[in-house]
Amino acid sequence: MTDLTPEDKYSAKPIRIGEVDPHPDKPAGEFISIVVSNDYVNDEYLKMVVDVPDRALTAKAGQFFHLLCPTPDGAEVWMRRPMSIYRVDSENKRLEFLYKKEGRGTQGMAMLEPDDEFNIVGPLGVGFWLEEGWKNIVVLGRGVGLATLAPLSQLAAEHNVGVTAILSARNPEVVMSRDLFEGLGANVIEVVDTDDSSNVDNVEKILEGLIADGKADAFFTCGSNRLLTLMKRLGKSHDVAGQVAMEQNMCCALGACYICMRTFEVDGEKTLRRVCRDGPCFNMQEAVGW
Amino acid sequence: MVDLSVKIGDITLQNPIMPASGAFSWEYGDVIDLNRLGGLVAKTICREPRLGNPTPRMAETEAGIIQSIGLPGKGIDYFLENIVPEYNKWEPPLIVSVSADTAEDFAAMTRDLSVDGVDVIEVNISCPTKAPSGGNFAMHSEHTKLVMDGIRAATDKPVWAKLSPNAGDIVSIAVAAEEAGADAVVLCNTFLSLKIRTDNFRPALGNKFGGLVSPALKPIVMRMVYQVAQECSIPVIGIGGVTKAEDVVEYMLAGASGVGIGYAGFRNPTALTTIIDDLEEWCDERGIKEISELIGAVRDDDIEWDPLVAASHGV
Repeated sequence: MTDLTPEDKYSAKPIRIGEVDPHPDKPAGEFISIVVSNDYVNDEYLKMVVDVPDRALTAKAGQFFHLLCPTPDGAEVWMRRPMSIYRVDSENKRLEFLYKKEGRGTQGMAMLEPDDEFNIVGPLGVGFWLEEGWKNIVVLGRGVGLATLAPLSQLAAEHNVGVTAILSARNPEVVMSRDLFEGLGANVIEVVDTDDSSNVDNVEKILEGLIADGKADAFFTCGSNRLLTLMKRLGKSHDVAGQVAMEQNMCCALGACYICMRTFEVDGEKTLRRVCRDGPCFNMQEAVGW
Repeated sequence: MVDLSVKIGDITLQNPIMPASGAFSWEYGDVIDLNRLGGLVAKTICREPRLGNPTPRMAETEAGIIQSIGLPGKGIDYFLENIVPEYNKWEPPLIVSVSADTAEDFAAMTRDLSVDGVDVIEVNISCPTKAPSGGNFAMHSEHTKLVMDGIRAATDKPVWAKLSPNAGDIVSIAVAAEEAGADAVVLCNTFLSLKIRTDNFRPALGNKFGGLVSPALKPIVMRMVYQVAQECSIPVIGIGGVTKAEDVVEYMLAGASGVGIGYAGFRNPTALTTIIDDLEEWCDERGIKEISELIGAVRDDDIEWDPLVAASHGV
């Protein structure tokens, strides 16, 4: 066997992965994105903008990327963090993520600065879909769930579907996605905790009004069990279709590991589904709240 | 250019890189070209449909993740009808992993899986998270022998025995598997682990115990591969902590003919194909013509045992 020379070099490069796009023909990829900006947009939320290769721009509303977050504390962050897309900026070839600094993953993500490299995998999962005959949809979300719903504004605009967006938050300063929805012509209704307009009874009245006005061919929600339960109930009693984007901790995010399971109820029978591949967007009536 | 192919018994793999069972499915084809892999290893299949374990099924620790999935699946009939054809769309050999609660059912399952389109049967006689009782035959050499005898009699397909690191003496278990006619041993399944949350005093996993998945396993499994390769003449496949091409080389030097990769594919879905590229480059840079030259090539026959002499060698 070969003689090993003293010059024998160590070529470990496990983290180099993602520099190039080795399989451009595949539906999803592992990319090194470059951070353009990563700043607070209000007291609670940050927005990260990254430069990405063209293939990442094929992301659809409701799909997500799996992010290799840097460590916030020197210890290893072992798993990627799934994050839905806030906005696809095809013109500038950029993706935007809106997030709240909470766990170790998002804490590490918040430390990234312009020009930093950020390894991301995607686009992944089943996004939101619009069905024939839907002329007007209602989007209802709270907190960071509104980041996931935001791309619906774009999807609806492309299909000439009218949108009413009910944006719920703790106070008016942290209402998310208002600009995106308003900019694309949605009718925006803000409800907040500070004046109690976000309580379930009031939101129910608003939704019933929209149903009566013929503005609710379908419901969309994310981020609040309370709001999911409400929309499910109204959707069922008024025969309004709906979709919900679900969250769960993930490992592979490709459907292989069966870690990101959630319970669904289909034709009266409970079952488990993978949030990463069977979702994250699901038929609202089949979703079981938490 | 180096010939990366390795022989595992009667099967030739185009390279020694395989996914580890449970950490892979044909769905990885969304990101990488599965035709580049040495083998395709399906998730462990059981006879009846199983939901798997309660969530949470994963938790991060300081030294890796612990997981307890519980072998969810739609059962053997669905597997043969729907999942085998998914894998058969790709070229590498299909290694089907199987689990059962009794030795009799292990043999019957092996027989039922011995069909066209299945190239190797990996018997998961060591799943630590499936149930508190049954299934983990590889804790004892006599149980290993018993279950492997039945399996061997049930099929002409190559059989790889996946062993448990939780057994006291892995070498005697591997020897028992070889004596019963295993074509290879796979070292190893996950290390049974526990994490307790200090915020709510509860176990972090729904199933309480889980298996550790981490690069930290590499030196431990390396030792097992080395010891087993010394005693067994059948090929050894090493699984544990491979994240780069040098780790594959290391396992082969210790005596492995192939490796399985789990965690690295979770962290970087393109890791497996990248490691194949890097391995090729590593060999070419050193003029290695056939990667099989590396198997068991560790240089430990001239170790200096005299501490005074060893310490005079410097670093």
